[in-house]
Amino acid sequence: MTDNWEHDSGEATAERAGHAVTKKNGATTGGRSIVIKGGTVVNRGGAARADVLVVDGLVSAVGEDLTGDEILDAAGCHVSSGFVDLHAHLREPGREEAETITTGTRAAALGGYTAVVAMPNTEPAQDCPEVVAFVKARAAEAGWCDVHPAGCITVGRLGKVLAAFETLASVGVRIFTDDGNGVQDPLIMRRALEYSRHLGITLAQHCEVARLTEGAVMHEGQCCSAMGVPGWPAIAEELMLHRDIELVRLTGAPMHFLHLSTAGSVDLVRRAKADGLPVTAEVAPHHLALTDELLRGFDPVFKVNPPLRTAADIAALRAGLLDGTIDAVATDHAPHAHHTKQMPLDSAPPGMLGLETALGVVLTAVSPDPVRVVETMSWNPARIAGIGAEHGRPVARGEPANLAVWDSSRVWTVDRASLASKSRNTPFHGMELRGRNVHTLLRGRVTVRDGIAQESGDARSIGSGGGR
Amino acid sequence: MKHLLSTHDLDVPTVAAIMNVADHMSEINARSVPKVPALLGRTVASVFFEDSTRTRVSFETAAKRLSADTMSFSASTSSVNKGESIRDTIETLSAIGVDAFVVRHASSGVPVSVTEWTDASVVNAGDGWHQHPTQALLDAYTITRELGTGNTLAGVRVAIVGDIMHSRVARSNIDLFARLGARVTLVAPGMLLPAGLAGPGITVTDALDDVLPDVEVLYMLRVQRERMDAGLLPVGGEYSARFGLDERRARMLSGDAIVMHPGPMNRGIEMVMDPAELPGSRILAQVRNGVSVRMAVLFRLLGDGQLGA
Repeated sequence: MTDNWEHDSGEATAERAGHAVTKKNGATTGGRSIVIKGGTVVNRGGAARADVLVVDGLVSAVGEDLTGDEILDAAGCHVSSGFVDLHAHLREPGREEAETITTGTRAAALGGYTAVVAMPNTEPAQDCPEVVAFVKARAAEAGWCDVHPAGCITVGRLGKVLAAFETLASVGVRIFTDDGNGVQDPLIMRRALEYSRHLGITLAQHCEVARLTEGAVMHEGQCCSAMGVPGWPAIAEELMLHRDIELVRLTGAPMHFLHLSTAGSVDLVRRAKADGLPVTAEVAPHHLALTDELLRGFDPVFKVNPPLRTAADIAALRAGLLDGTIDAVATDHAPHAHHTKQMPLDSAPPGMLGLETALGVVLTAVSPDPVRVVETMSWNPARIAGIGAEHGRPVARGEPANLAVWDSSRVWTVDRASLASKSRNTPFHGMELRGRNVHTLLRGRVTVRDGIAQESGDARSIGSGGGR
Repeated sequence: MKHLLSTHDLDVPTVAAIMNVADHMSEINARSVPKVPALLGRTVASVFFEDSTRTRVSFETAAKRLSADTMSFSASTSSVNKGESIRDTIETLSAIGVDAFVVRHASSGVPVSVTEWTDASVVNAGDGWHQHPTQALLDAYTITRELGTGNTLAGVRVAIVGDIMHSRVARSNIDLFARLGARVTLVAPGMLLPAGLAGPGITVTDALDDVLPDVEVLYMLRVQRERMDAGLLPVGGEYSARFGLDERRARMLSGDAIVMHPGPMNRGIEMVMDPAELPGSRILAQVRNGVSVRMAVLFRLLGDGQLGA
């Protein structure tokens, strides 16, 4: 199911790029070889110094002193499978003033991503094959990275009627979520899990008991009390997480938990995994690095759902990520048009950019260990997304050349004006990060070189590489 | 001091200086012609995105008594309802020429944002549940002048009663009173009391009767009827029975205790008795002092140090 779409994507990309096409894996052909030279290759066994030769969309050799037609300098860099984002809002269709599939996937490529799961809260929502097909087609045209649309759990994300899981699964949808809304009704959630169990799909929950967060602006705590805004209590996340862990225990269906933000949530998932339940979890980079204190100036750029929490939560989330309780870092990339982020804090929409800064945040705030970085940003999310045949693969002969080359010691200052996203709402503006993606390859085609998006990927792209 | 956005902008010496100037302003306000040319040629724009009669009139009176020109803008008569952003409004008025904006908005933090869109001074006239710093100043001023404590509240026992959660007055007063040395007791049911407010000089209880005999200042907060509709309060008159000021509780106060309220009062909810029958009521003194204190604030922000009369 997913494979069909992979083929289509690759062919469309390659055809427009003027290359011949192989029917087997959708990669470009033409025999031109690329050597990624002088880097440190990251695989499960560890990181080791090696060159990587890419031919016809595949890794054809990993070893010393390889040569090819074209050289990508990887001196001082890590070479790994391309990153996979489980959680991106690309905004198209419906909110193209904030982001388009083209601008969002180009930002993803710049961040080292070769695949993203597109959240379904588009307008119209990704709850039917037509919208899913539209998103896939636009992504294939753009050619920056693979886009896997998530389906909705309920029609229109309204929490009332189950979406047609099998119909959507038959066109390649593997993750289903009402993200932005938690599925409030425990009976609907139970039925969704029971129905999904044998379809080879995973339901992903946005854990938020809505009744406890009505009007909520930020983490409920001391800072919120002083600022006089409605609070988003940790228990609103933890209650739904607990409920759904118990529903997983009851039904046996797998479940993924989106953007966990509290220390209590980490404990709940840790215990569920110890019980052997088929649950996975993600954390967003901002929840690993930023606290609610940043809201003190009432700047809506720091408003996000779930909200920035406390230093104790950050410590627990980092520990959970490092001990494997939390499987993946997922950006929750949520672009918003500038004027909407100039509204009062209580009425501005929640959400932050993430695709271009995630790697730097993880390396800076959590761990410089390259194996753990790739595990949580590529291998695990690829598996959870059900795209482990194409993405999150070993860097080894015969594997698809979906690769990221990144410099874990590059220090850079985030400048919202130079990000590729169509929106500017990064909470990291002006902050110094250590670690940045340098090159990205999608099925052997260089989408990013030396930190600059390679526009040949899409003749219709606007602007020049790296910038707007 | 360029702006007054929060009581946190005010250190203790600044508060004392404002109180001293407010004394001068009170003297001016008692004259047969209560007007001085201190802010002649300055323009004060009151920009109210949320309805308020009292605070607006108080500020505009203060500006006029200092001879400032005033500009008045309210959401109901403006284009904000047609989708014009707050930023557009502020930038437009700034282009017309404004020296100080007096801003009220139903959303916490709006006056803070306004400072980024204008070079003028900004005075927070109440934002959401966040802050109402001139209310805190006028309340502190009222207490010091009523109790004769100079410019300090050192050791003064104050109880603030009611809906702390949704009250910008409470947030401002708790901070300012405590930093001026008061011993503040917050009296509220749990669901109207945000976490983490207790601190140095600040204690919390839900037993009003235990507090009354000992306080020098009883500060009653307004409880909005819509909180009841939202299911925040128990059925019937239980809130008033536990936290309202009635004759029985008034008799529990010591003879020289004063009673304050930021207005407007909700009679029958937090104010069960007629405040006119409360000998300790200083509610109208608060309103009078409000003009003097706001004159002092505007003068501090816009004046050149010379009152001119």
